[in-house]
Amino acid sequence: MKFKGNAWRFGADIDTDRIIPARYLNTSDPKELAKHCMEDADPEFSKKVKPGDIIVADKNFGCGSSREHAPIAIKACGISCVIAKSFARIFYRNAFNLGLPILECSQAVDSIDEGNLIEVDIGRGVIKNITKKESYSSRPIPPFMQELIDAGGLMAKVKRGLRRGR
Amino acid sequence: MDGMTITEKILARHAGLRKVMPGDLIESNVDIALGNDITAPIAIKEFDRIGAAKVFNRNKVVLVLDHFTPNKDIKSAQQCKVLRDFARRQKIKYYFEGGDVGIEHALLPEKGVVVPGDVVIGADSHTCTYGAIGAFSTGVGSTDLAAAMATGKVWFKVPESMKFICKGRFRKWVSGKDLILRIIGDIGVDGALYRAMEFCGPAIESLSMDSRFTICNMAIEAGGKSGIIAPDRVTSSYVETRAQRRCVIYTSDAGAEYADVREYNCSKLEPQVAFPHLPENTRDITDIGNIQIDQVVIGSCTNGRMEDLRESARVLKGKKIAPYMRLIVIPATPSIYKLAMEDGLFEIFLNAGAVISPPTCGPCLGGHMGILAEGERALATTNRNFIGRMGHPKSEVYLANPAVAAATAVKGRIAHPDEVAKKVKRG
Repeated sequence: MKFKGNAWRFGADIDTDRIIPARYLNTSDPKELAKHCMEDADPEFSKKVKPGDIIVADKNFGCGSSREHAPIAIKACGISCVIAKSFARIFYRNAFNLGLPILECSQAVDSIDEGNLIEVDIGRGVIKNITKKESYSSRPIPPFMQELIDAGGLMAKVKRGLRRGR
Repeated sequence: MDGMTITEKILARHAGLRKVMPGDLIESNVDIALGNDITAPIAIKEFDRIGAAKVFNRNKVVLVLDHFTPNKDIKSAQQCKVLRDFARRQKIKYYFEGGDVGIEHALLPEKGVVVPGDVVIGADSHTCTYGAIGAFSTGVGSTDLAAAMATGKVWFKVPESMKFICKGRFRKWVSGKDLILRIIGDIGVDGALYRAMEFCGPAIESLSMDSRFTICNMAIEAGGKSGIIAPDRVTSSYVETRAQRRCVIYTSDAGAEYADVREYNCSKLEPQVAFPHLPENTRDITDIGNIQIDQVVIGSCTNGRMEDLRESARVLKGKKIAPYMRLIVIPATPSIYKLAMEDGLFEIFLNAGAVISPPTCGPCLGGHMGILAEGERALATTNRNFIGRMGHPKSEVYLANPAVAAATAVKGRIAHPDEVAKKVKRG
């Protein structure tokens, strides 16, 4: 899986209230959630994002609430991948369960500037900064998580199990 | 099973293994799978989408409509209807709304739905609260909940454990809230990332269940996967009249391994205040200067229990709140609501000028029942002070214990309870 897009920079400890404020949690419609993605950090964010763009954030991205609305909003507004130094654990699980690609890479986070054109090869864990002509390698995705991705997400895996059980 | 922590023992048992080690990937049986009116609609959609006909066990799936209820708008009402229809269709035993609803993490232990030795998952980050009765309990997303509702199982990476040995005696007006805020201040909002936080020592043993729930509730604010306290006599007397299932008591072995061990002397601890916009921005109350406050909220899954209401009433007795202050008191469950009323606390709150809300998560997450305007400041006994958490993105939230909250409501600025209730002796 390869993605190409421009980088949007965010700082450390971006919590899920910042990704999607609770005042919009009275719906779970991805299109509706996408409109308000990152609104309290940058009110114009959802209008400026182009399909394929990439979020690059510092440590502990997605901390706080368990709301799956956060990765849903990110995915639905066109973001192809999130790169951070680290992810909060519930967000990490949710992203894999939903099929939102995420990568941990401190070097990329320290080097990428807002607007840089980035190409990500998820399978190989390689992040290319086309603007700066640099390349970074991310921590490989753990094999178990890779299996989840290959299965098409958690529910696809569960569905197969249910069929077998019948 | 020697050399294991309480967390490893509970997970090993639920995975059908004799031993587990940190980093092991396991498939665990789930005793309780919890969802609320915000997270369950997505889970139910996923559950239906894969064609799962029945929940794995109708007595083990719990639905609590506590966040945007009583329904704050049409969209919220629609979400609640999804849960209600599902509960009817699946004959869910533990379904709570209306006059039965309380804030989920206060309600489930109170009703004995979660018991010591359980593995509990909840599509709510504060599910870690039940560690206080000696259960392994952690927050997940809606998709994990959907999978667990269908299969009764969940995958985990066995977490490393951090041990917090707490000694000394808590001073007057200092509680579990202050200890956990201090710990988060020391290790940071990702200081326990992916780890289990185990709290022990004489200071923990001296605490009531209510204070222990507060401590484990906020493990997530340090990034923790779970918080846990080994059951003791205090736990037993709490669960014996409530437990709906058999309790299993686990404790850590002497030879168990920890990724980190820290010691706290609680005798030195002062009331803590977490400044905007992260729970780690913790300061001693004596170091904060003059901070004017517009609204005080006493409630939430963190501090809406009986001890919290009693503590704030002790400060508020015979007092009036400051001009232009709004004080909102939210008893966490119907039982707490009733007891507070019978014990005369409502009279104290109402005479002071407080609003008493029905049990709801409401303002804690900026849902309803007390939203902040631009530039306003709240002091709350809740758990998070992120940007925009209780309303306008340019509002601020300070976190503290219920006694500090009460004193702040009286003074109109963040205040030490001693400033307001100097002559009141602790009962």
